[in-house]
Amino acid sequence: MSIAMPAPDAQTLAKRDRIIAAMRAIVPGEGVIDDPDALRPWESDGLTAYRQPPMLVVLPETVEQVCAVLRWCHAEGVKVVPRGSGTSLSGGALPLADAVLLGMGKFKRIIDIDYEDRVAVVQPGVTNLAITQAVEGRGFYYAPDPSSQIACSIGGNVAENSGGVHCLKYGLTTNNVLGVELVLMDGQVVRLGGRHLDPGGLDLLGVIVGSEGLLGVVTEVTVRILPKPETARAVLVGFPDPESAGACVAQVIAEGIIPAGMEMMDRTAIHAAEAFVKVGYPLDVGALLIVEVDGPAAECDHLIDAIARIAGQNAAVTTRVSRDEAERMAFWAGRKAAFPAVGRISPDYYCMDGTIPRRRLPEVLRRMEALSQEYGLGVANVFHAGDGNLHPLILYDANVPGELDRAEEFGNDILRLCVEVGGVLTGEHGVGIEKRDLMPVMFADEDLKQQQRVKCAFDPDLLLNPGKVFPTLHRCAELGRMHVHHGALPFPELERF
Amino acid sequence: MLMPRDAQDLRQIVADAAANGTRLELRGGGTKAGFGAPRDAGIMSLGALSGVIDYDPAELVLTVRAGTPLADVQALVAAEGQMLAFEPWGEPGATIGGTVAAGVAGSRRVTAGSARDHLLGLTAISGRGEMFVAGAKVVKNVTGYDLPKLMAGSWGRLGAMTELTLKVLPRPRQTVTMVAEGLSLPAAYAAMACALGSNADVSAAAYVPGGEMLLRVAGFAPSVEARCAVLPGLLAGHCALRLLPDAVAAPLWRRAMTGADLRGSVRWDVHLPPRHAAGLIDALRPLGIDWAMDWGGGRIWIALDRLDETVRDEAARLGGDARLVEAPADMRASVPAFHPRQPGVAALEQRVRRAFDPADIFVTGRFREDADADQLFA
Repeated sequence: MSIAMPAPDAQTLAKRDRIIAAMRAIVPGEGVIDDPDALRPWESDGLTAYRQPPMLVVLPETVEQVCAVLRWCHAEGVKVVPRGSGTSLSGGALPLADAVLLGMGKFKRIIDIDYEDRVAVVQPGVTNLAITQAVEGRGFYYAPDPSSQIACSIGGNVAENSGGVHCLKYGLTTNNVLGVELVLMDGQVVRLGGRHLDPGGLDLLGVIVGSEGLLGVVTEVTVRILPKPETARAVLVGFPDPESAGACVAQVIAEGIIPAGMEMMDRTAIHAAEAFVKVGYPLDVGALLIVEVDGPAAECDHLIDAIARIAGQNAAVTTRVSRDEAERMAFWAGRKAAFPAVGRISPDYYCMDGTIPRRRLPEVLRRMEALSQEYGLGVANVFHAGDGNLHPLILYDANVPGELDRAEEFGNDILRLCVEVGGVLTGEHGVGIEKRDLMPVMFADEDLKQQQRVKCAFDPDLLLNPGKVFPTLHRCAELGRMHVHHGALPFPELERF
Repeated sequence: MLMPRDAQDLRQIVADAAANGTRLELRGGGTKAGFGAPRDAGIMSLGALSGVIDYDPAELVLTVRAGTPLADVQALVAAEGQMLAFEPWGEPGATIGGTVAAGVAGSRRVTAGSARDHLLGLTAISGRGEMFVAGAKVVKNVTGYDLPKLMAGSWGRLGAMTELTLKVLPRPRQTVTMVAEGLSLPAAYAAMACALGSNADVSAAAYVPGGEMLLRVAGFAPSVEARCAVLPGLLAGHCALRLLPDAVAAPLWRRAMTGADLRGSVRWDVHLPPRHAAGLIDALRPLGIDWAMDWGGGRIWIALDRLDETVRDEAARLGGDARLVEAPADMRASVPAFHPRQPGVAALEQRVRRAFDPADIFVTGRFREDADADQLFA
């Protein structure tokens, strides 16, 4: 519980009744929640260690209402925290005591599906999975598949640039979104992108995706839908150690294969998963790899053979190829249950998310093990091996005083390690509040200031989702100042021609 | 022309320009200098910032200096059996930095994404004369704002990229073209939509006047063979497909991808929802246009011999946009290169641009909207 949020603004709190009345005038009926008991369920997102009941919750149903809410809050200097389904694992939707929590859950309509042009236009509260369900009857699907896809909303996916196990081949949200309708903090509506590729001008859509709700409130999303692959097959490979598994992954890619998914689990995760779902994972191995390929049957057959051969060349001790859909699903069942499975062997766990260059995996795992000893906390590892995205699960017990803090410090050290070896603080969960204070580990002050200047272009009063992403919120006027050194020599030694 | 030797030189030049109020045009190979209005700003070439910084094929990541020739980058990755999947193309001399800054993408864009989708990270000098890093050198990253998206396709309006980290992917082991001939516009659109919407994993689809509809099938040999066997059946209701030898296919793809060789001194690049491709061409036929279509109908090159903004009006009416990529200088002086944005978007875009270049160092007159920015805020 080491992350501090900005102190609530006393003036805002003092006019809470007036804010509630104004919101009720915009969103009638039960769309405004202000009762302390009713606010409880809204006090956290997927990062449940942090809780803060919002000042009030507003649940608009129309774009006009969203505009009116933001316009009023902008005029009155009231902060707003946008929220989709509240599944963020980094605290991106954590409420603030002095902010309106703007829940977009009522925007649940699928507006249009164009199968010929392969796009779907949806409202932001539609869940990720619901998009696939809406189009699968015609043989299509929406590719990004974060593990929370049954609950997470597409608007939240846009905010977080969500990934999933298939994103090495199919990309993150940003690679699958063509357009958004966005309401800026001053209530203005803009449409960025559309149903076509690469509109001219600055790619503002590109910076909206992954902006964690700090730049605007998305009210409509146009996504690409893809034809469902003809078939998918998986191979389950056990290795004596993660080094061999890592070498196998590198060789698969070196041979020109981009699997649909390539997941690694370490010994702790394998044992936890097998004890939970009993799918026949080998227990005498140091690392397990699930490699899935999809596409035309002829291609899958060819690739599965190649992958099995490569596994054999890299000290694989067990190799099982899925014979049918049921077996493929069984291979995945353990991986997909890995988080709850770890939850059974430890009272609490803390899920981390960093990316490293894959070649550094053995070193990172060794040093993580050393950190585990140092902190006296266990760790289980699941890993999107294809793209180097690590998910260490730190095991702790929140009822033991100090353990949560220790788990957080352990997690921070893991993320520092990721950056040290050339990787990043977050591969898919976002910065939110969780990694906010670590941002200077990865970015210099000038880098962060340049990002914040973009924030200022959208929200100069810093009213949207403050306290997230940036460790220090500079005032926009301060960031705009230029410090230039007049009279500097104009480079006489340079060639000019 | 200023030719900084390294990023530090470059930073100092920009800082000086910011201090002195000098305007600078950023240039890679200069192959796209004819894009945008004529102007006479001082040019800063990034050509000397050349060379590979890091390339580990197994990591699928390449870091390269901005002035490295595109052809060198493509040869480098090809030697490792890899490719830049957005299929960048350019005239001889084009640099990787210029190619990404221009948002160039080829026929594979429809399935593999554009330059924006493959630019993972960068180092750049902003118009403030400050060096900044954005994105990262790994394929999966959501840390901080995705500034690489803004820099790709920004045409040097925000800052000078000095180093780019790009995602690379395996090059398909085999690539073949299937063709259907004599198709009408609506029939070609329907056939391309059917092919791209099928699970036969077609990686590109184009159509050129004369009625030839092209489909590209790429991958491992057994897969390519199987898909080529299936496609004629899938498209039986639309057309008859046959294999087209590479030597015959290559110039057709080239025309669809680049719009080169079209008849006309004025050339537009129209991006629109593919379902309106036929409607656009029908509407513009009375102007005497030549044209070629890529991205399954999502990109249409329009060439003609006079400047007629009907092209832009029709593109807008059909939900797309049109950029003027080639025209005599006097026409480029009067018609902006980029399709005008909605007022709210235009103002937002100018605020974002000034977040990088508050003193308008990179405003040379090439893009009128930048020169006129203050009018939006008046």
